Amino acid sequence: MKAISIQNISKSYKDTKALDCVSLEVGRGQLFGLIGPDGAGKSTLFRILTTLLLADEGEAFVDGLHIEKDYREIRKRVGYMPGRFSLYQDLSVEENLSFFATIFGTTIDENYDLIKDIYVQIEPFKKRLAGKLSGGMKQKLALSCALIHKPSVLFLDEPTTGVDAVSRKEFWDMLKSLKEKNIAILVSTPYMDEATLCDKIALIQEGKILKIDEPEAMMAQFERPLFAVKTNSTYQLLNHLRLQSFTHSVLPFGECLHLVTTETLSPESIQEQLRLQGFIDVVVSKIRAGIEDVFLDLSHKAGNHA
Amino acid sequence: MRRLRFLIQKEFIQIFRNKALLPMMTLLPIIQLIILSNAASNEVKDVRIAVVDHDQSEISRALSNKIMANDRFSLLAAPFNKKEALDLMQLDEVDIVLEVPPDFEKQLYRGEAPQLQTLVNAINGQQATVGSGYLNGIIATLNKEIRRNEPLFFSGLPKHNEPVVVTSNNWYNPELDYPHFMAPGILAELTALLTIVLTAMNTVREREIGTIEQINVTPIKKWEFILGKLVPFLCLGLVLLTVGLIASKLIFDIPIRGNIGLIFAYAVVNLICVLGFGLLISNFAETQQQAIFVAFFFVLIFVLMCGLFTPIDSMPKWAQYATIPNPLAHFISVSRKVLLKGSGLADIKMEFVYTFILALLFNAAAVWSYKKQE
Repeated sequence: MKAISIQNISKSYKDTKALDCVSLEVGRGQLFGLIGPDGAGKSTLFRILTTLLLADEGEAFVDGLHIEKDYREIRKRVGYMPGRFSLYQDLSVEENLSFFATIFGTTIDENYDLIKDIYVQIEPFKKRLAGKLSGGMKQKLALSCALIHKPSVLFLDEPTTGVDAVSRKEFWDMLKSLKEKNIAILVSTPYMDEATLCDKIALIQEGKILKIDEPEAMMAQFERPLFAVKTNSTYQLLNHLRLQSFTHSVLPFGECLHLVTTETLSPESIQEQLRLQGFIDVVVSKIRAGIEDVFLDLSHKAGNHA
Repeated sequence: MRRLRFLIQKEFIQIFRNKALLPMMTLLPIIQLIILSNAASNEVKDVRIAVVDHDQSEISRALSNKIMANDRFSLLAAPFNKKEALDLMQLDEVDIVLEVPPDFEKQLYRGEAPQLQTLVNAINGQQATVGSGYLNGIIATLNKEIRRNEPLFFSGLPKHNEPVVVTSNNWYNPELDYPHFMAPGILAELTALLTIVLTAMNTVREREIGTIEQINVTPIKKWEFILGKLVPFLCLGLVLLTVGLIASKLIFDIPIRGNIGLIFAYAVVNLICVLGFGLLISNFAETQQQAIFVAFFFVLIFVLMCGLFTPIDSMPKWAQYATIPNPLAHFISVSRKVLLKGSGLADIKMEFVYTFILALLFNAAAVWSYKKQE
């Protein structure tokens, strides 16, 4: 039995289709990432799976339970961390935690070992009001509250948005150790670099799943040659490359451009060609595709079909 | 049950931690009680009058003197023609113009029943009716005095039958002490209002902050959630009522003739009723602002139509029926009846029944509409 099994779920808000025939499966002890930009439908899917929202079409099972028929039972077994910090800001760290423990009919002591690694980091501040915590500590508290009743499936909706880089790394380390306790985790993020930290990922855009695979496999499957192009006059180069016949796509990536070509070329030949056309300080190197390249390529294709 | 206990406990922790709430619960009602009970008075204390005396006789001067002697009136002017007097009224300098016709005295002694004219500025309806009432009283007394003092002149005339004499006595509030009448009503109004607004806001706040989302993904049942809100705010309302009662006893020395337990018993039912209403509002509001505005809309209607400032008996029939679903009207009626009149349970049973039905309706609607949100 899979921890989460979704079959052809669709959901519309008036005229906008938030989810379009989404299907995916998450195994036990698996860390599954839902990767997509804002507005892709990630939160809608979370709300459906946590029984807060009814789907228009399709079926889904969480921990083997039907999301509509067995919603009461599901609520006892899942941990949910909404995208927005949703704990009581005017209660202290400890009060929040014991509140959530009690409403699930358990105590902090009973499941302390499950949250220990996370909670020890915020325990020194247990008398502090939740609203006065820093972003990273808030996330840790929210995760502790979502874990306190020993859920079998954990839903984390953009847990690292608005959290500093160090806390983000710590957070992902915590997720790794949780997965070893056989808890299935569905996590969404708009950050492509976090994708590689998941066991399996689904790329989602405009309510449609573009691809589901392990991140390594997904990157390996990128077929076309990919180059990183670095220059001082990025904008002019971008416009120039767009017009070249060998260019499949070119997009800015931080301080360089990622160029996908239609034919196999050596970086030296591209560099030479550009130099002849007046771009003197260009450095071209062949690179391996990242998740973001895959995502942009796939969304480009999906866009062309539409 | 443990879960419910914890929900209630959590709510109390939050209430006590809210720095704005405690002064709101204690200071605000006392200030309002003092201001409203003293200010919201229907008494007309100063009526400005102009007398146009075309007669200039002994009797007409006696009339002027009588008016001047009355401390409710101040004689502002005695112009010689009516136009001047009307100009004064136009300028809002006087409220009433009294015109004494020429030959007033002559006609009176001839027994011809002369007519005095009063022109009343009715922009302020209260001032107009009450003021002209006072004036009529003065004229009637004068009339009687003349007949008594000068029996010779009137002996030949057909004897007027002594009119029926009405003597009145003000029961339950013998000195017509305004605060005594207002304070119990304002007390009821304040208790109900603050609880409506506070519950409506509190539950919407959970939605605004997003905690309701988190709560919904837990095994908490709907009735537990609603009760978890009801109980703490019920306690809050009762505290408010106690504070208000003590304040009105200390400040205005309002009589407490009935059973104070009866007031509290009724207050529990009434508070459950208004709390249900507050929760109902909160189910339809997305933000605290929306909740406040909707609550305000109803609160205004409740307050203006609850019989606090205008007696329900003097409203048009439809408006009188419209006070039945107004929990405030019943609360005010009960608090006046029990405090001022010493009414017992039998006297206020209709209020109990209506409020109980309303409480059931509002709370059922609140639970039902909360369900719909999922």
